[in-house]
Amino acid sequence: MPSSDFVLYIEDLSVSFDGFKAVDDISLYVEKGALHVVIGPNGAGKTTLLDLICGKTKPSSGTINFLAQELTNMPEQKIVQAGVGRKFQTPSIYPALTVFENLEISFPRGRNVWGALTFKRDEEVVERVHEIAKVIFLESMLETQGEMLSHGQKQWLEIGMLLIADPELLLLDEPVAGMSVYERQKTGELLKTISNRRSVLIIEHDMNFVREIADRVTVMHQGKILAEGSMEHVENNQKVIDVYLGH
Amino acid sequence: MNTFLENKITGNRGQTVSLILLAFVLIVLFPVCMDIFRLNLVAKYLSLSFAAVGLVLCWGYGGILSLGQGVFWGLGGYVMAAFLKLEAAANIAKESGTDQIKALSTVGLPDFMDWNQITELPYIWYPFKSFPISMILVLILPGFIAYIIGLAMFKRRVSGVYFAIITQALCWIMEILFVTRQGWTGGINGITDLRTCLGWDIRTESAQYILYFITSVLVLIMIIIGKFVIRSKLGRLLVATRDMENRVRFSGYDVANFKTFIFCLSAIISSIGGALFAMNVGFMSPKLVTIEPSIYMVIFCAFGGRMSLVGAVYGTLLVCSGRTFFSELFPELWMFIMGAAFVIITMAFPKGIAGVVEDYGPKLASIAKTIFFQKQIFRSSDAKQAQAN
Repeated sequence: MPSSDFVLYIEDLSVSFDGFKAVDDISLYVEKGALHVVIGPNGAGKTTLLDLICGKTKPSSGTINFLAQELTNMPEQKIVQAGVGRKFQTPSIYPALTVFENLEISFPRGRNVWGALTFKRDEEVVERVHEIAKVIFLESMLETQGEMLSHGQKQWLEIGMLLIADPELLLLDEPVAGMSVYERQKTGELLKTISNRRSVLIIEHDMNFVREIADRVTVMHQGKILAEGSMEHVENNQKVIDVYLGH
Repeated sequence: MNTFLENKITGNRGQTVSLILLAFVLIVLFPVCMDIFRLNLVAKYLSLSFAAVGLVLCWGYGGILSLGQGVFWGLGGYVMAAFLKLEAAANIAKESGTDQIKALSTVGLPDFMDWNQITELPYIWYPFKSFPISMILVLILPGFIAYIIGLAMFKRRVSGVYFAIITQALCWIMEILFVTRQGWTGGINGITDLRTCLGWDIRTESAQYILYFITSVLVLIMIIIGKFVIRSKLGRLLVATRDMENRVRFSGYDVANFKTFIFCLSAIISSIGGALFAMNVGFMSPKLVTIEPSIYMVIFCAFGGRMSLVGAVYGTLLVCSGRTFFSELFPELWMFIMGAAFVIITMAFPKGIAGVVEDYGPKLASIAKTIFFQKQIFRSSDAKQAQAN
């Protein structure tokens, strides 16, 4: 349940690439425990927004505050260690490793050279991998090589790789893109389970999916925020209908 | 013993077998079948294989193509040669009746320093007076340089082709530096006429036998160290970084540190090989550390299978013997033959020798088993016949 505490404060955030303002003076607040969805036409700046939060791109101005930490100056891996997990639009899992190894590598222990050399696959690790594998519906596929999974399973695996690090904030870029109806349904359940204890910021295009899962919706257009509120409010907003939802 | 090896080091049956087989070939088969001249050649090739073993770690697993392993290999070789040269120079001073002692104007100084009108030992050579310090330098000097270059480049996300070009530039720099600083490094001739190590004459046959075994054992130890790294989480992280660097970074790892580590480890392993070369062959030259040898080291690695540590040794031995063999038989054409061989083999067997063994080994093994069991069946049926009669 969303609380009135905010886990992510974004204020006056801008970034421009060679004069093109991809993100233009955005202010966004994500509540703790909320499932917050960002929608908008292609080129609106949604993926760029996630890039800015997770550190892949540096902003030209503005602040991003996560749990009292300023993220704009931090390197990517420090942002991850602070508790932010980013899922990419195309499934980025390790094709050469098995599902078990994919999850094990993402386990937040042994993150420096010495730790990685001396890392032992003890009971704690094995249990946690099994636990997460269950949540992401891959419990029976632990020994399968990453590249053998279906597209939907790869998406789930990537979400699992984020979950195992126990992040406070999850950034998911089009998590159900390319999924079948059945997979979409299961993903919806998965996301609802996840957001019980964490905050999730999602980019999505599938309106039905968004309607089912969202606590709060933000609409972006040409780098700016067009509307914000519950799904109903946003769906009935005239500006949004003109720009994005049609008729 | 077998399962201990499997569990702790190699992780599966096939790899244990191949490691033990290599140990057998190096330590038993070759010394029994070859004379000391050829064994010394093998020792020379084995010294080169250290660089290929290092490349399996840094290129095969880490995805970092270094076309400059010759630099680290050569640094190890030069450190060793410097130590041995100082000892040789001191001994010449003790030996009486040699022409050298009359030719030298400053006693106890390496001959090339004399030719360059240097009258006292440069400060930079002082550490090479001591054996323990020289040994430590063999490990630390290339490691340190790899550390600096690695961090500088990987922190800036320089990788792939750009990184490879910079390692080539390193080769050039080292060659030019060492050739022009004649007084300090022996220039284009290198450091030659090495005689003894801590009083033990390394030119005798018995010494060559011992050096061969030392080289073989050390290469096996390097392979075991490599396997330990590969099987650790760090090894899996390297594979992950090679395939999907962004994902690793966004899982909370500072990728630059891991890449620098494997680059340094690879440099140190190569350096040990270079030092052994100086001992086995008795000289060190700047020609051995330039671009061409560095590329050959990558070829050794690719030939053996760049994901296989054991393969790297076989690859080196085969390519080096091929080079010697073809250049003797076809002095005009051997380079073309080698080139053709590389192209054909890379196209036919992209995973190198190790790939061939992996793909066809189990089939051959099962064929061998069927033949063996057939023989057993015939024998037992013969025996039954005999009993019946």
